Amino acid sequence: MDGSKFDDVLTGEQQIRNFNINFGPQHPAAHGVLRLVLELDGEIVERCDPHIGLLHRGTEKLMESRTYLQNLPYFDRLDYVAPMNQEHAWCLAIEKLTGTPVPRRGSLIRVLFCEIGRILNHLLNVTTQAMDVGALTPPLWGFEEREKLMIFCERACGARLHAAYFRPGGVHQDLTQQLCDDIWQWTEEFHHTLDDIDGLLTENRIFKQRNVDIAVVSQQECFDLGFSGVMVRGSGLAWDLRRAQPYECYDEMDFQIPVGTHGDCYDRYLCRMMEMRESVKIMRQCLEKMELVKGEPVQTKGKISPPPRAEMKTSMEALIHHFKLYTEGFHVPEGEVYAAVEAPKGEFGVYLVADGSNKPYRAKIRAPGFAHLEAMDHLCKGHQLADISAILGSLDVVFGEVDR
Amino acid sequence: MSDALNELSAHIAAHQGDAVLDAAIRNDELTITVVPSSLAKFLSFLRGDTSCQFQTLIDITAVDWPGREKRFDLVYHLLSMTQNIRIRVKAGVREKEIVPSITSVYQSADWYEREIFDMFGILFSGHPDLRRILTDYGFRGHPLRKDFPTTGYTEVRYDETTKRVVYEPVNLTQDYRSYDLMSPWEGAEYILPGDEKAPETPKG
Repeated sequence: MDGSKFDDVLTGEQQIRNFNINFGPQHPAAHGVLRLVLELDGEIVERCDPHIGLLHRGTEKLMESRTYLQNLPYFDRLDYVAPMNQEHAWCLAIEKLTGTPVPRRGSLIRVLFCEIGRILNHLLNVTTQAMDVGALTPPLWGFEEREKLMIFCERACGARLHAAYFRPGGVHQDLTQQLCDDIWQWTEEFHHTLDDIDGLLTENRIFKQRNVDIAVVSQQECFDLGFSGVMVRGSGLAWDLRRAQPYECYDEMDFQIPVGTHGDCYDRYLCRMMEMRESVKIMRQCLEKMELVKGEPVQTKGKISPPPRAEMKTSMEALIHHFKLYTEGFHVPEGEVYAAVEAPKGEFGVYLVADGSNKPYRAKIRAPGFAHLEAMDHLCKGHQLADISAILGSLDVVFGEVDR
Repeated sequence: MSDALNELSAHIAAHQGDAVLDAAIRNDELTITVVPSSLAKFLSFLRGDTSCQFQTLIDITAVDWPGREKRFDLVYHLLSMTQNIRIRVKAGVREKEIVPSITSVYQSADWYEREIFDMFGILFSGHPDLRRILTDYGFRGHPLRKDFPTTGYTEVRYDETTKRVVYEPVNLTQDYRSYDLMSPWEGAEYILPGDEKAPETPKG
């Protein structure tokens, strides 16, 4: 017996072929409606083909038939985790074309709420990513803080999520002193929650096993794949638009840019945790500076902003202006502009082509998640199936902005 | 900022003068116009040149201008993280023209080109996988073209009798309302109602 007689084991079952599976669109770790077509060799992912567009609402098409102001709320619905950061890009684009200045107090309020948005986003991302790899408690703790922040948003503008608070030329209305005090109080307490989450995750054996050395991204890959935001900072590039190309009043804020060393999922997690602490610092500076400009206007007066309510009761011109602003809207001079902000997920940009009328001729939304998700195939190749959810979590995608 | 842009513009003109059709700085942004056939070569120059180093492709998009002979403007946004500078590259494309893909230069151009194909119907030669990306499976038409109606052509609903999702032509119970809301006395070019008999005023 030389073994050659056992050729029956070579039939049928020896024909190993790769296995194709669908991940999502209803998978809880898909962070929304993502369908991944995975080709598996055993448990190793050979190919990953993301099918996106299940949440496509045609935002860019809709924007072409609405006025500039009517388009603003669409930006809340892109990345609905940190809505105000998106509005910011749209306002900056309009302000750049029309040359509208933003009053000091309005600018500080914007930065304050941008940082609230960043914390809202990172809290959701860090904790749900922990849930994707098996931890249940962090989301519960994180969402408690998110709830408090969303109440701040509600007290500022009336809406918890879809704020429509940033307006071209400033913000919609001033904050009350009570609200400023409460936000200050919150910034003093928030680090306890961060310490708790830190204690749960940072040295957690399971969390590290699932994240360290997963989806390592080199600096060259960051360039090739068009990454931005935490995805490049995790790989050791200190690139932050708030510092590199300062907009609003970020140039006078004192904050650090945390960077990673390995560029793996774990480093990106650490970056996000550090960024939240830095955001709190910026928020406190904003509140301190706002004390100095109490009672000053928060939105530039002029064609682009509504008249004060009280004036409308007595002045005919103010009434006409109000009516025209909310029906016809303001006109934006012809031209094209690209305005980008450092949204929590990366560079969020708006490319606006104006034709001089009251509606944008074309508005292209550059969402960071789109470029990050595109890299899924590259990042997942050679990883195990179970790592997919860890990678997806650390990419930090929200389908509102990917699908638009 | 604009000093650096002027310098960059002069540098590009000196090295790639034959590719550049037009260079302009507006709103502190440098826009370079090139012909589509030289796009790949021009972009790989921008990427590789030591004083450019535009290594990150931020965005590719298109703008539809139905009235023009070159109907579409392809717009590329590049960023150099090392030089901290941005550039915009534009190329006019005729309706049925096929544009060379730049996926060999920028790996991340893949999905952006798919999106443009999906939304505008511009074809890219040499693209590894030119499928629709954002619209539905089996979708017809290119939504971001100006001649595509905002309401679309088909609508979907779940049919209780056949127990499946069915596609039907769009049937609006009332016309889609599209107001331009422009002041009749400033901006709007149509004639005021009741004003048709007013004498034609010479313009200028």
